[in-house]
Amino acid sequence: MTDKKPRRKERVPMPEQEPKVRATNFEEVPLGYTPEMAIEEAERCVQCKVPSCVCGCPVNVHIPAFIKLVAEGKFAEATRKIKETNALPAICGRVCPQEVQCEEQCVFHKMGRPIAIGRLERFVADYERDNDLIEYPTLPEKNGKKVAIVGAGPSGLTAAGDLEQLGYEVTIFEAFHKPGGVLMYGIPEFRLPKDIVEKEVDYLVQMGVELKLNEIVGKTVTIDELLGERGYDAVFIGVGAGLPKFLGIPGENFGGVYSANEYLTRSNLMKAYLFPEYDTPLVRGKNVCVVGGGNVAMDAARTALRLGGNVSIVYRRAREQMPARQEEIHHAEEEGVKLCLLTNPVEILGDENNMVSGLKCIKMELGEPDESGRSRPIAIPDSEHVIVADLFINSIGAGANPLLTKSTPGLELNKWGYIEADEWGKTSKPGVWAGGDIVTGMATVIEAMGAGKNAAMDIHEKLMGVKKPDTSPEALPDDMECQLPPKRKEPTS
Amino acid sequence: MSQILSMRELVPTIFEAVVKAPEIAKKAKAGEFLVVMPDEKGERIPLTIADFDREKGTITVVFMTIGTSTYKLADMKAGDEYFAFVGPLGHASEIKNHGTVVMVAGGVGTAPIYPIARALKEAGNKVISIQGARSKELLFWEDKLASVSDEHIIMTDDGTAGRKGLVTEPLKEVIEREKVDIVYAIGPIPMMKFSALTTKPFKVKTIVSLNSIMIDATGMCGGCRVNIGTETKFTCVDGPEFDGHLVDWDLLISRQKIYIHEEKCSFDLYLENKGVKL
Ligand SMILES: Cc1cc2nc3c(=O)[nH]c(=O)nc-3n(C[C@H](O)[C@H](O)[C@H](O)COP(=O)(O)OP(=O)(O)OC[C@H]3O[C@@H](n4cnc5c(N)ncnc54)[C@H](O)[C@@H]3O)c2cc1C
Ligand SMILES: Cc1cc2nc3c(=O)[nH]c(=O)nc-3n(C[C@H](O)[C@H](O)[C@H](O)COP(=O)(O)OP(=O)(O)OC[C@H]3O[C@@H](n4cnc5c(N)ncnc54)[C@H](O)[C@@H]3O)c2cc1C
Ligand code: SF4
Ligand code: SF4
Ligand code: FES
Repeated sequence: MTDKKPRRKERVPMPEQEPKVRATNFEEVPLGYTPEMAIEEAERCVQCKVPSCVCGCPVNVHIPAFIKLVAEGKFAEATRKIKETNALPAICGRVCPQEVQCEEQCVFHKMGRPIAIGRLERFVADYERDNDLIEYPTLPEKNGKKVAIVGAGPSGLTAAGDLEQLGYEVTIFEAFHKPGGVLMYGIPEFRLPKDIVEKEVDYLVQMGVELKLNEIVGKTVTIDELLGERGYDAVFIGVGAGLPKFLGIPGENFGGVYSANEYLTRSNLMKAYLFPEYDTPLVRGKNVCVVGGGNVAMDAARTALRLGGNVSIVYRRAREQMPARQEEIHHAEEEGVKLCLLTNPVEILGDENNMVSGLKCIKMELGEPDESGRSRPIAIPDSEHVIVADLFINSIGAGANPLLTKSTPGLELNKWGYIEADEWGKTSKPGVWAGGDIVTGMATVIEAMGAGKNAAMDIHEKLMGVKKPDTSPEALPDDMECQLPPKRKEPTS
Repeated sequence: MSQILSMRELVPTIFEAVVKAPEIAKKAKAGEFLVVMPDEKGERIPLTIADFDREKGTITVVFMTIGTSTYKLADMKAGDEYFAFVGPLGHASEIKNHGTVVMVAGGVGTAPIYPIARALKEAGNKVISIQGARSKELLFWEDKLASVSDEHIIMTDDGTAGRKGLVTEPLKEVIEREKVDIVYAIGPIPMMKFSALTTKPFKVKTIVSLNSIMIDATGMCGGCRVNIGTETKFTCVDGPEFDGHLVDWDLLISRQKIYIHEEKCSFDLYLENKGVKL
């Protein structure tokens, strides 16, 4: 120890592109650690006997174990450690809300300097990929059973990977022409480069998972056909929460008024930000209004900013109540996105061509807290004003898309249209499991992955009789009780 | 990837492609549509199922070249593969014995109307078809449409084939002449709009198939929204067929024009890439 420098106290910062520079490109904002930075950060971890951080992670990544390997410079081994429970570390290291998951539970959190678990996870996964060190697990012999996975989002991909490793013949049916779900069509390139998503999916394909793109279950083929004539022994539904919500105010059908789903799908999946090299167009506003306060609103706003707009986020409550990650709000503001807080749109205005020209808003003030514990916003009389806008993006949430569920008799839904499933993903329909956003409402990538994992274990128990662990994984110390599977949430709006 | 088995220009600017897609052919019904992407950089564009053969496992599409995507489709030959060919999408036409039906087809609209006319004929309806085009050389599938019609009226703008005039003229005459139970009108927006206006005073139910701009075509984005009566609907999952008397035509027309500048820019680039001097 004597020749080592003393353990660093504060988190090793991660270099990022300068706000002024990055506001004009779609390259990734954080640049990632160097090996030296990663080792320095990893050395801060005190390898707790009872690692509370693991409980904060919905899939219980063996955090201290992988961090120890990082500190020893064994980066590829560290990635493999993570992959024991999480097949998509390059993605999770980037998009997990670590500040309310693993890092919130780190013993250093109270002191304001939790170990940068996400940054380390990202670093080792990038290291393994960029240095061609990816190793494929040796698969057991095929067990003769077939499972169909509907949707190639994080829940479906995770279920597929786990089942393939258990000896199943796995086929993913995906409606779009590219796999990845929200990772592909929702989250922008500057937060999650698409070639990383492609490589992580490719890992599963290399392992043997069959990927059928452009197949809409409920249209091209139904669940009953998959279980019947197509001969699948089980189906996992992970179709996400793909239904746009609109405000229900006048003027919402003017040109230049988008749902965040449409705006982001055009930009990310169809690459409209590279128009006209790619054929799909997108209205490029000079003055852009984004309504909403969540991560989706931040993604839409930062995309519009990069496409040359002056962007304002219109949100009816105060900044503290914005559901978006602090880091995302901070990034957006740094880049020049303006926040119009305590402001609520009441009407969208249009020009003679029926294109959006402005937004009529009212001012709000905060009243008593409501059932969600947040102060209820109340309209201030006579506070109407107009914000000039030629592009309006509605990011007030998503709902359950009925396309698949409508065509699947015997599948129980809750009153919002989400699929009813137990904590292991089992639905009311024999042979059918479900997980991710179509069960919980929009949650997080890692929670969707956790749901895919649980369903895979339950399917394995039902089809092959292999008992699933009913408490926390054995890797956890005896005196720890983690929530597994993750607690279910009601959909938020 | 779906392979093109045959490809031909039916009449100038209108192309017919027969595509190998056994899974879709097994399911396809009249009135449904597909989403097609010519290549990886292309758009997702909707095209109606113009015909299908369950045994051979093929789907026929007919399209008119108007911009980058449809020109790219026209550039492809038998043996080539579409980057994406997805479906069947939307609601199928309601096929039952209504009694007497009038099928009004304008231009490329002949293709989508044909399988509906065929199904309605098989369901026992008396089928009267009115087929319109700008001139004789743009008429296609007359024989196909005639073969499933009890009466087949051809109209051209310049009188080079059939009668000279608009499809709404014989439409009005037929409704005045006999009891018509339902009208289908598929073609350019003005033609559908004026067909609906023609039948409205007679209170004859008129179904139109709307061609909103789409992306996913699964109800996920809301880009294809239209106003039907007092409600907002998504063309891809609630349509594409709607009651023509309830459609807000002005909104549909204005939403078709959202990308007018981008479409021109994209097409100029397409021509430039093909070496065409602008
Ligand atoms: C813009 C945006 C930003 C986000 N940012 C973050 C973030 O930073 N961190 C985080 O943790 N979470 C974030 N989330 C939430 C997170 O992405 C989701 O919770 C997660 O992706 C849900 O995964 P899933 O597998 O349930 O579904 P999805 O990711 O929605 O994937 C579902 C897949 O199923 C396909 N599908 C749908 N219907 C059918 C059908 N009938 N047949 C075949 N395929 C079908 C879809 O095309 C899609 O590919 C964000 C969400 C959005 C929209
Ligand atoms: C349900 C449905 C069925 C259709 N069936 C047929 C068919 O069988 N044969 C046929 O020739 N055409 C059909 N169309 C119209 C066809 O989709 C458009 O002509 C095509 O998208 C034009 O693309 P483009 O790039 O060639 O032209 P562009 O230059 O991009 O656009 C020309 C015009 O086409 C419309 N358009 C553009 N993009 C789209 C889009 N993604 N979706 C819909 N419309 C768009 C716009 O009004 C635009 O002004 C159908 C449309 C719908 C909605
Ligand atoms: S998966 Fe997410 S929550 Fe779990 S350790 Fe990694 S970054 Fe933290
Ligand atoms: S709680 Fe923090 S310090 Fe302790 S093992 Fe986990 S990451 Fe390391
Ligand atoms: S095309 Fe996206 S909802 Fe209809």
